[in-house]
Amino acid sequence: MAKEVVLLDFWPSMFGMRVRIALAEKGIKYEYKEEDLKNKSPLLLEMNPINKQIPVLIHNGKPVCESLIIVQYIDEVWNDKSPLLPSDPYQRAQARFWADFVDKKVYGASRKVGSTTGEEQEAGKKEFFEILKTLEVELGDKPYFGGETFGYVDLSFITFYSWFHAYEVLGNINIGAECPKIIAWAKRCLQKESVAKSLPDQKKVYEFAAQMRKRFVSE
Amino acid sequence: MAEEVLVFGAWGSPFSRRVEMALKLKGIEYKYIEEDLTNKSPSLLKYNPVHKKIPVLVHNGKPVAESLVILEYIDETWKDHPILPKDPYERANARFWAKFIDEKCLSAIFKACWGACWGEEKEHEKAEIEHEKAVKEVSELLQFLENELKEKRYFGGETVGLLDIAANTIGYWLGVFEEASGVELLTREKFSKLCNWANEFVCVTAIKENLPPRDKLIAYFRNRFGAGNASK
Repeated sequence: MAKEVVLLDFWPSMFGMRVRIALAEKGIKYEYKEEDLKNKSPLLLEMNPINKQIPVLIHNGKPVCESLIIVQYIDEVWNDKSPLLPSDPYQRAQARFWADFVDKKVYGASRKVGSTTGEEQEAGKKEFFEILKTLEVELGDKPYFGGETFGYVDLSFITFYSWFHAYEVLGNINIGAECPKIIAWAKRCLQKESVAKSLPDQKKVYEFAAQMRKRFVSE
Repeated sequence: MAEEVLVFGAWGSPFSRRVEMALKLKGIEYKYIEEDLTNKSPSLLKYNPVHKKIPVLVHNGKPVAESLVILEYIDETWKDHPILPKDPYERANARFWAKFIDEKCLSAIFKACWGACWGEEKEHEKAEIEHEKAVKEVSELLQFLENELKEKRYFGGETVGLLDIAANTIGYWLGVFEEASGVELLTREKFSKLCNWANEFVCVTAIKENLPPRDKLIAYFRNRFGAGNASK
């Protein structure tokens, strides 16, 4: 019954995408509800009165908010297949640390790349590449951040890949030239059906980002 | 092999105290290393090269960083006195509010206490407006926590849990900031449940033993951030 699981989301949100991937990995049927963030639905405001943000997972009528918290919830409830987090406590702690790193660092820097100009944008670009290079070092020679299989950290970061084309055009940067391992890793992740079907088309994201940028920057 | 647990922390930091509170609750012995944050030790930089921050827990030579990540690691490694509930929905709830406290509350509280005093001189009127806005925001955030507590003794229910420990910033440090800056935020009229909870919280042995001395903390914050935003 798809009604049991409802996802309130917004198609270009890299946070919403994380939940889509988790649900797909577990093979969970759900109802997807697109939110207009300029005109939030009563349901969204009722289910997330604190932050009023997507994504929100509604499971049997009860809301879970914050993308990584939702992903952990999904992993704990549907624990019979495709584990997203490792089983060893130390590995789990490392996975949580790096997903937290992605949350704290990647979004902020990428916003500066996409939505600012001049000195602020240049600083944002520098920061963005430093962060990506740190992630490259963490990835090392492993196929995935999770090791041999796609996992929690991969899931938390791969969603930003759908925005890379937008960052490259709006920021006039070449991510592949600076961080080839990250691009190779991303392409590997995209071979998974759960990832490929959860990420929107990069061109569509660019068009959306370009419009958003107009609101922040007058050129 | 004997188990070795190290905690790198700073005496006044609610974040490293969280780690100590959790270990104390579970009866885990550890060695504490005080860090001078103006002169970080090579060990700290080795164990947390990414953020270079405290707290760091080192268990048998393996480091874990970020206080909330450490709390979950502690709970999964030492099973006595669990600090997270078993039910996935309750767990998600505890994580949500812990994140809320860390990401929203602390910066809003700082702004209300010291915001307009930082940086360059601002016109008095503008500073007043900003200050009132900040106080209102803290009030709204505290109201969410007051509502979440409901009739429970602790956020964790009958016993102290992860969310109570994460809320140490509200339960103890907030009072310190209020006194250091002269700004009143957690008033009994508006937040009777939260005030009751704070009183109970600081009486729990594992918590009480890990609270830095109040006067020392007040002096430290007054020194660092100035006399605060109280209407002059």
